[in-house]
Amino acid sequence: MKILVPVKRVLDYNVKPRVKADGTGVDLANVKMSMNPFDEIGVEEAIRLKEKGVATEIVAVSVGPAKAQETLRTALAMGADRAILVQTDDEVEPLALAKIFKAIADAEAPGLVILGKQAIDGDNNQTGQMLAALTGWAQGTFASAVNVEGDHVSVTREVDGGLETVKLKLPAIVTTDLRLNEPRYASLPNIMKAKSKPLDTKTPADYGVDTAPRVKTVKVSEPPVRSAGVKVADVDDLVAKLKAIGVHS
Amino acid sequence: MTNPGMDADIYDAFIEQLQRYVRERLIPAEDQLEELGRVPDDILAEMRDMGLFGVTMPEQYGGAGMNISQYVGFIREIAYASPAYRSIVSINIGMVCKSLLGFGTEQQKEYWLPKLATGSIAAFGLTEPDSGSDSAAMKTRAVRDGNGYVLNGTKRYITNAPFADMILVMARTNAEPLPKNAHVSAFLVPRDAPGVSIGKPDGKMGQAGSQIADVILEDVHVDGDALLGGEEGIGFRAAMQSLDNGRLSVAAASVGYAKRMLDAGLKYAMERKAFGEPIANFQLIQAMLADSKAEIYAADCMLNDACARADRGEKILVEAAATKMFASEMCGRVADRVVQIHGGAGYLKEYLAERFYRDCRIYRIYEGTTQIQQLVIAKNMIRDYAG
Repeated sequence: MKILVPVKRVLDYNVKPRVKADGTGVDLANVKMSMNPFDEIGVEEAIRLKEKGVATEIVAVSVGPAKAQETLRTALAMGADRAILVQTDDEVEPLALAKIFKAIADAEAPGLVILGKQAIDGDNNQTGQMLAALTGWAQGTFASAVNVEGDHVSVTREVDGGLETVKLKLPAIVTTDLRLNEPRYASLPNIMKAKSKPLDTKTPADYGVDTAPRVKTVKVSEPPVRSAGVKVADVDDLVAKLKAIGVHS
Repeated sequence: MTNPGMDADIYDAFIEQLQRYVRERLIPAEDQLEELGRVPDDILAEMRDMGLFGVTMPEQYGGAGMNISQYVGFIREIAYASPAYRSIVSINIGMVCKSLLGFGTEQQKEYWLPKLATGSIAAFGLTEPDSGSDSAAMKTRAVRDGNGYVLNGTKRYITNAPFADMILVMARTNAEPLPKNAHVSAFLVPRDAPGVSIGKPDGKMGQAGSQIADVILEDVHVDGDALLGGEEGIGFRAAMQSLDNGRLSVAAASVGYAKRMLDAGLKYAMERKAFGEPIANFQLIQAMLADSKAEIYAADCMLNDACARADRGEKILVEAAATKMFASEMCGRVADRVVQIHGGAGYLKEYLAERFYRDCRIYRIYEGTTQIQQLVIAKNMIRDYAG
């Protein structure tokens, strides 16, 4: 079974994002970028399935600028077998991404597509679900456990009430949650080997997908600065203050 | 000729993984490391898997082929965590592998280097109870015995000896001191060779995760192929050759640890409040932060320059000594300031500042004390002046 793993290059999770002075977006110049952590969990899960003998090949895919090659190389160094970069400098929205992944899924015929439940930059949480709709495949989102059994996969999902397990017929779409696994580090020998693994470069046009944005960003701004708190002397003081600001009557 | 080292893309990708590994795995394991007195087995296994033991080794022996600048960059990153981690890899890489690469026979390289690249631990046995760099006083003897040698003597302060798989032992093959230290030879001695025993680990001021102990050799028989390079008399040269790199490694460790300490000092200064505001707002605290930042930067620049020169094939005896001296002294000053920024908390075991302060004291001592570096630098100045 082949597994397709989309990975996105995003602002590193340790970097404090800064909004551009003109309010058009987050400043990405000269800041550390790395693989979306949810996607990293997806790569790790695919590798574990391969190590268990369930999967035979892992194909990592990224849609983004030429630099996204580095993210794909990380996936290859972790253990993916080959990679496809769909190169574009445009910002690609979830629907266009899902269309590209659908086209790649048609060509590659994977048994599973494992995506991060969301990317930590846009926090959209849409691409996996849209891909499921476009392919007509079953979906198991927010996975905290994935078990392939014959021609089915059972996915334990983190839902509000606790855990829910769904059984999906393959091929299927899985999106990862944080507790699915702890991704491995790419070792130096594997980073060296990754250099010679195949990486194809394509464009959205190769898949007949128009990436023109459907959403217009009006303005991006920093979250409001939290104002300093005040100390209250006692409960009466607290009640008086709450009344003064209209929270308590 | 310039040594380009390994592919820059691969190196950068590795450093990125290493930075995460250091922060997510090595630092959280520090308390366990202190308690155990050694690197925990699971961490050591991970370090092996990460390929940390083979970074400078040529690819043909299973390594990554880093040049000196890259190696020093690697040390700077790993030394952000406890010095015990650097200690366990740098003795393998900087001392034993370097001696093997420079002086070993092809057969010795093929046998030992792939083992060391994948994390067999090596120790380096030069120092003795009554001698160190003073080879004329060396007492450990190697006497010819058929095809091999019989070794007797005691080596002191041998880092990693308690868990080493192999020890590179310097021993005299001639009773009389010979010119150019030709009475000293080097032997590749398996730790489990009959007659090799390890003393009780010495109690130390800091670096609880790394161990030093005596290595006692009693009628240890080794075969002829244990003689480094298959040649008597090259032991001291092999030992000395690893020193320039060793000095840069300690300088890099000083820079890496100073960065860690300053990060901790800054965090504390931002969080700790006095007179209703963070102490980082006070100018006398700011002076300590700023001086530390500037001195770390200076040491970093010295390291970059010394390494670039070494990679261009220049002799860097003076630069390595100056960098080691400045960086380790700088690290001591930063440690002192970070304790001071912490105030009373800096004196308590509960805070890391106290451990940092003890851990880095040795940087001004090993691989040549500050005073030895001063001698090296001044002697060269005088020699150059005299022409």
